[in-house]
Amino acid sequence: MTIYNRRTVLKTGAAFAGVSAIGMPSIVSGQTDKIKIGHLTPLTGFLGALGAYAQLGLKQAEEEINKAGGVMGRQLDITSEDSVNPATAATKAQRMLEQDGATVLMGEINSASAATIMQVAARNKKLFMQIGARSDALRGKNCNRYTFHVDIPSTVMVNAVGKALVRDNMMKGKKFYTLTADYLFGHDLRGAANAFFAANGGTVLGDELVATDVTDFSPYLLKIRQGKPDIVCSNLAGNQVTNLIKQYAEFGLPFPIVGFNLNTADAWAAGEGNLSGTWPTVWYHTSEVPASKAFVAEFIKRNGKPPENHAWIEYVSLKMMAQAMNETKSTDTEKLIAYFEKETQFDILKGRKAYFRAWDHQLIQEAYPFTVRAKGQAKDKWDFLELGTAIPNANEPLEVINPPKSANACVFA
Amino acid sequence: MFLLEQVVNGLVLGGYYLLIALGLSLIFSVGGVVNLAHGAFYALGAYFSVTLTQYLGFGPAAVASPILVALLGILFERFILRRFYTADPILSLLVTFGLAMVTEQLIRIIWGASPLSQNMPPSLKGAIFLGDFLFSRYRLTLLGIVAVILLGIWLLLNKTSFGRVVRAGIQRPDMVAALGIRLQPYMTAIVMLGVGMAAVGGALFAPITIVHPAMGAEIITVAFVVVVIGGLGSFWGVVIAALLVGVVRGVTIHFAPAAGEASIYILMFLVLLFRPRGLLGERIEKFE
Repeated sequence: MTIYNRRTVLKTGAAFAGVSAIGMPSIVSGQTDKIKIGHLTPLTGFLGALGAYAQLGLKQAEEEINKAGGVMGRQLDITSEDSVNPATAATKAQRMLEQDGATVLMGEINSASAATIMQVAARNKKLFMQIGARSDALRGKNCNRYTFHVDIPSTVMVNAVGKALVRDNMMKGKKFYTLTADYLFGHDLRGAANAFFAANGGTVLGDELVATDVTDFSPYLLKIRQGKPDIVCSNLAGNQVTNLIKQYAEFGLPFPIVGFNLNTADAWAAGEGNLSGTWPTVWYHTSEVPASKAFVAEFIKRNGKPPENHAWIEYVSLKMMAQAMNETKSTDTEKLIAYFEKETQFDILKGRKAYFRAWDHQLIQEAYPFTVRAKGQAKDKWDFLELGTAIPNANEPLEVINPPKSANACVFA
Repeated sequence: MFLLEQVVNGLVLGGYYLLIALGLSLIFSVGGVVNLAHGAFYALGAYFSVTLTQYLGFGPAAVASPILVALLGILFERFILRRFYTADPILSLLVTFGLAMVTEQLIRIIWGASPLSQNMPPSLKGAIFLGDFLFSRYRLTLLGIVAVILLGIWLLLNKTSFGRVVRAGIQRPDMVAALGIRLQPYMTAIVMLGVGMAAVGGALFAPITIVHPAMGAEIITVAFVVVVIGGLGSFWGVVIAALLVGVVRGVTIHFAPAAGEASIYILMFLVLLFRPRGLLGERIEKFE
């Protein structure tokens, strides 16, 4: 047998690890008359399934816009890549701006990756439309004036579900056992949840931090059972929630379960009969709004399945970006920021129009709680969720479910 | 008392780790190849079972899926693995790692990136109480199946002429060859057995967790940790290590939940520090 020296082995190994960490660069076309947009979203890992939907929604919007003549007569040219992890996300974002000639950055679902891309955007003084990450901190103490946030933040999700729990007598005097995703977003969501409990008479009996790569929840379930809470509450993210829901049904624990974050793709993956309780969502494909129905029909025609909330949000985000460029007749960062900061109203396929709040760049919009349909009521395997009434109520301003200025540390430098 | 519940639960989880780690260990021991594609076969086992369940029902699908994967194992051994038994180990690492990535991407193309849902048979859903102990009915069934498979493998390795050749092949492949026995058909059988067991793990665990393209990459690390802790070439070493890893994880989560996933790596570190060959690792000439 040939003996290979240690150094060769180490070198090969290191090169190997390097390649797999950076990933394969995509081929970028050299045309200059197109408007280039850099898009990053997780395609692997615990949020990978959501990223796949994000790309489908974005692609649909891109093709519709280009078919209708593009933006200011120029075609959109979007490069979309796997953001992998926070460090790789930042590297790729920098490359997209510096080498690929992207005029704006869009995308992301992972709050930790979004945080690093935000820094790249600020450093390069380029616009980043942060579409899918929900951590309060991103539009709070970590905010910057180059970033606009589309998805609902933690506080809004907690409000959407919390108000439903208060209504159902599941809050005051109740003991909660919470499970929290052990990264930026989970900690943030837990903060918002605990604030809601404190303000509405609920108490936290116990809280467990769960690493994002956990697939087996049985030790946590045994611990929860010993704690004998009134209600179990999930502050988890991505496919963690699916695993929890399935195993919760498997062990048949008697306590009702609710959660402050659940994406519909992860709910679908749990399968009918496993999910129960009240959860928040930013949009669902059964929405009765006519524009929303048209989007859903077109999406199903293209992909053979209904859109998940990340498909919807990427679709409306690119439409908002195209509208901003068309109306300002520019791709200039400062002009676009000024346009969004005017609190321009956007149609986002919901009952009420939405706008970016000028002082923290958060898209102010409706949110919904959802529950699970009774057995046998679902038309298909995507239909077992029952969309609740939009919050806030029609007579309240949209702002009320968002953190007020007093509770949000955002200051633009 | 509560702790005991965690220990027993950890043993159940260890049984599941065992299904994947034992095949990995056997393939390494006989062929000298660290099969980084082992997790891919686990994932295929899960995906095949989800698809077949639509036609056959859960039970038959859980049997048919590992058989299909074992057949793929023949192709894998015959056309890929066989070329690398005597080559530089880095090459077999590269080729199996590459195969793992190719398989993950193929799964994405065939079944899509969204996770699939597999439901457990309703009769196995829910919990059983033994005294004050809570057990998942499904997991207890799973543990029983693992025990039967384990017994079968042990008998195969220790009470049959097949097993004698395999054990001899692990220690002294040259001597086996000198006696006029070709090891290659045995290696094919070992790979079939190994990837088949991984597929059983995938098929049985599908209703507990979610079936998604990257599931293979998730499991391979834990399986590798189990093999390292148990020691190469030792049947019982892997068994004990798998159970130990399951229990250590459960108990750590009980006391320090945030350290749950780190605990198994700390365990591996300690074992390597004090027993570099693993708990019951044998001295294998060709690896010295």
